[in-house]
Amino acid sequence: MNYPSVFNLTWLIPLPTALAFFAIILFANPKKRLSSNIAVGAVILAWIMSWAVAIVFFLNPELTEHPFDLSVPWLPMGTITFHMGVAVDAVTAGMLFMVGFVLTMIFIYSTGYMSFPGHLDPEKYPDAAKEGLDPRYSRFFAYISLFATGMLGLVVANNLLMLFIFWEIMGLCSYLLIGFWFDKSYPDPKQITPKQAGLKAFLTTRVGDVLFMMGLIFLFIHAGDLNFQAIFGNQEFLHELSTSTVNLPFFGAVTWAGLISMLIFWGAIGKSAQFPLHVWLPDAMEGPTPVSALIHAATMVSAGVYLIVRMSPLFSAAAHGGSGVMMFVAFIGAFTALFAATIAVAQKDIKKVLAYSTISQLGYMFAALGIGAWVAAIIHLLIHAFFKSLLFMASGSVIHGVEHGHHHVHEHGEHGHEGYFDPQDMFNMGGLLKRMPVTGWTFIIGGASLSAFPLITAGFWSKDEILAHAWADGHMAVYWTLAAGAFLTAFYTFRQIFLTFFGSPRTEAAEHAPESVRAMTWPLVALAFFALFGGFVAVPEDFPVVGGIASDFMAKLMELQGEFYGLHVAPAEFNWTPALISMTLALSGIVVAWLVYGWKPLAAGKPDPLRRWLGPIYVVLENKYYFDEFYHLVAVRPTLWLASFFYLFDRGVIDRIVNWVGAFGRWLAAALRKWIDEFIIDAAVNGAGLVTTWTGAVVRLIQTGQAQNYLLILLLSVVVLLLLIPLK
Amino acid sequence: MTVPLSWYLIFATALFSLGFFAVLSRRNAVAVLMGVELMLNAVNVNLVAFWRYLTPSDLSGQIFVVFVFTVAAAEAAVGLALMISIYRTRKTINVDEINDLKL
Repeated sequence: MNYPSVFNLTWLIPLPTALAFFAIILFANPKKRLSSNIAVGAVILAWIMSWAVAIVFFLNPELTEHPFDLSVPWLPMGTITFHMGVAVDAVTAGMLFMVGFVLTMIFIYSTGYMSFPGHLDPEKYPDAAKEGLDPRYSRFFAYISLFATGMLGLVVANNLLMLFIFWEIMGLCSYLLIGFWFDKSYPDPKQITPKQAGLKAFLTTRVGDVLFMMGLIFLFIHAGDLNFQAIFGNQEFLHELSTSTVNLPFFGAVTWAGLISMLIFWGAIGKSAQFPLHVWLPDAMEGPTPVSALIHAATMVSAGVYLIVRMSPLFSAAAHGGSGVMMFVAFIGAFTALFAATIAVAQKDIKKVLAYSTISQLGYMFAALGIGAWVAAIIHLLIHAFFKSLLFMASGSVIHGVEHGHHHVHEHGEHGHEGYFDPQDMFNMGGLLKRMPVTGWTFIIGGASLSAFPLITAGFWSKDEILAHAWADGHMAVYWTLAAGAFLTAFYTFRQIFLTFFGSPRTEAAEHAPESVRAMTWPLVALAFFALFGGFVAVPEDFPVVGGIASDFMAKLMELQGEFYGLHVAPAEFNWTPALISMTLALSGIVVAWLVYGWKPLAAGKPDPLRRWLGPIYVVLENKYYFDEFYHLVAVRPTLWLASFFYLFDRGVIDRIVNWVGAFGRWLAAALRKWIDEFIIDAAVNGAGLVTTWTGAVVRLIQTGQAQNYLLILLLSVVVLLLLIPLK
Repeated sequence: MTVPLSWYLIFATALFSLGFFAVLSRRNAVAVLMGVELMLNAVNVNLVAFWRYLTPSDLSGQIFVVFVFTVAAAEAAVGLALMISIYRTRKTINVDEINDLKL
């Protein structure tokens, strides 16, 4: 098989950003603009290479039959040598297309967004305030460069171990970037700070990652290799894995394939913030908004979906072996999709709404994978990344504008010293479309795409495909759950749009909010293009009217790839019933949102009308079903108790034993010193010195310095020796 | 009549002792050097005698003697140069006064 030579570039894709990371932390750190230029330059290079590889792949669909794989021996272990390398198949190409572009847009956006933050005191950082940039601007770009390496590396990795390594690099960057403003604190002690949010995200995903690693180890024990092609190209091995069983406590006999897929799926649950490990993602919004857009919407959280997409042959083998793991995936996905959507309805923080919507949309993807709609899941993954990063970046632009407006009002001293102002609270906004037209319109485009506005948005095509599959394959419970989720999605998205951009400003800050700089608005426009038209690469052929005009090459490409991996990827037949139901639900969600928030815009200081109508349900939703409190009670609190118990145990028992051992050692040492060291060793050492001194004093008498004396001594010695000869 | 080997050896011993006595007893460094020359020549006599009486077919004894001559000449040159140098700095070549070879 002759591959286009551009594929040899694949291994270079994660490299520029890695070099940028080291260049910034080692050299460019003090120069802020230089640091961001290095990072942006590196990511543009990575983008060009990603698109080169992706587009060449798109132009050669026959490559799906022969995925590109390039590896070098890396780690010899006994009889096996572990290979590291890169691989390109249709999924990788699709991901490269999306990741390269979104990364670049977000890097450029960040150069505008990371201006001097509102929560810092300019007098404490006079230099940074004068430049108008965040005091840790360079560090931010170093971190996101490292993150970009993680994501690009994960996408091109050809084996699970390498994927896991990059997965963990992203986890680290996520932690560092969520806690980027670690010195930020709030007047309300119950509100989570960035520092705590970073820890929470890291520890929560750790639960999933440990299980993922266990799955990986089990798989390695069975397969002796973690290369994707080596595992999935081997049908016999998959069959064997799905028939051999293992006895587990509590669960009884399960197949190895079922166990391994389940463990790997838990990794995805943690990374993609699915129920029950979803709690970290909303709090991760404490990080800077580009981070939310990049890590917590477009790339890292979708890595979980990508992992399951990759591992699908294993999952389907497990399903053939009678394991319920696919059903579990579908259940978790569908449940999370609806569950997170209900929470999003009652949030007032603009970014929290988007965070819950991300969780919900990732749920759609998992549901799609669970019911076997492999292609639809990938397409939704790609399109969701475009419109969700757009929404996050637009919301960041809004927050920036409101913060600036607040400062503007504050500087003119009309209010004196007022209380804490939350620039992310949607009830502090309103009427922003006039103040920030680019941000507003792109946000509306992204929102329409998220709510699957029929026909003209990308989100409609990708989400509808999932729903159509669920209907066609007879997964009615999944279908209705997702359809209800779709209604709520449209509702909360347009609730957000009406609260933020329409009506009249509810605070003076909103009234004075300026449009953001061009570095921030241009990426929005670029992403809005994909949010609108990205769907036209995957329009089902048999869709009335539009199917004839638009293309479905992406869906076809993924189908070919899926067939190569032995998956059942036949597209769902077009059916009017589910299509009309989901269209109606999406539109009615928008209409309901308009009736509640758009028709009579909310006045300043008025509570959310939903609060009155839903009553206690609203309170439950507002508090996210009290999951944080529940986990605090069952996980955090017992851990702390255990920790304090062990602390006391440590102090009372372990420390005491250690101290006793120490005291005994000191006593023994003192005794040895007194008896052995002083009397024996010291005496021997001093004796040697004394003997030398004494000998020297005697022998120096014969050293006269006169050569003739020495010769005389020589002569006498010879004579004496000669005289001794007869004695022998 | 032939001269036996022992005569040569006795003569060489006497010459060597004479030289050694000069080295030990003279105070003048030049005289000490002359004693050393006598000792070397005594050895030469020995070498030639042994060659002549024991291994006349082998040339090594004669060659050795030539080497000793050469080395002795060099030694005399170096020794005299040293003495001149010592004389210039200390205004004496009395070996009793040249006793700095100790700590």
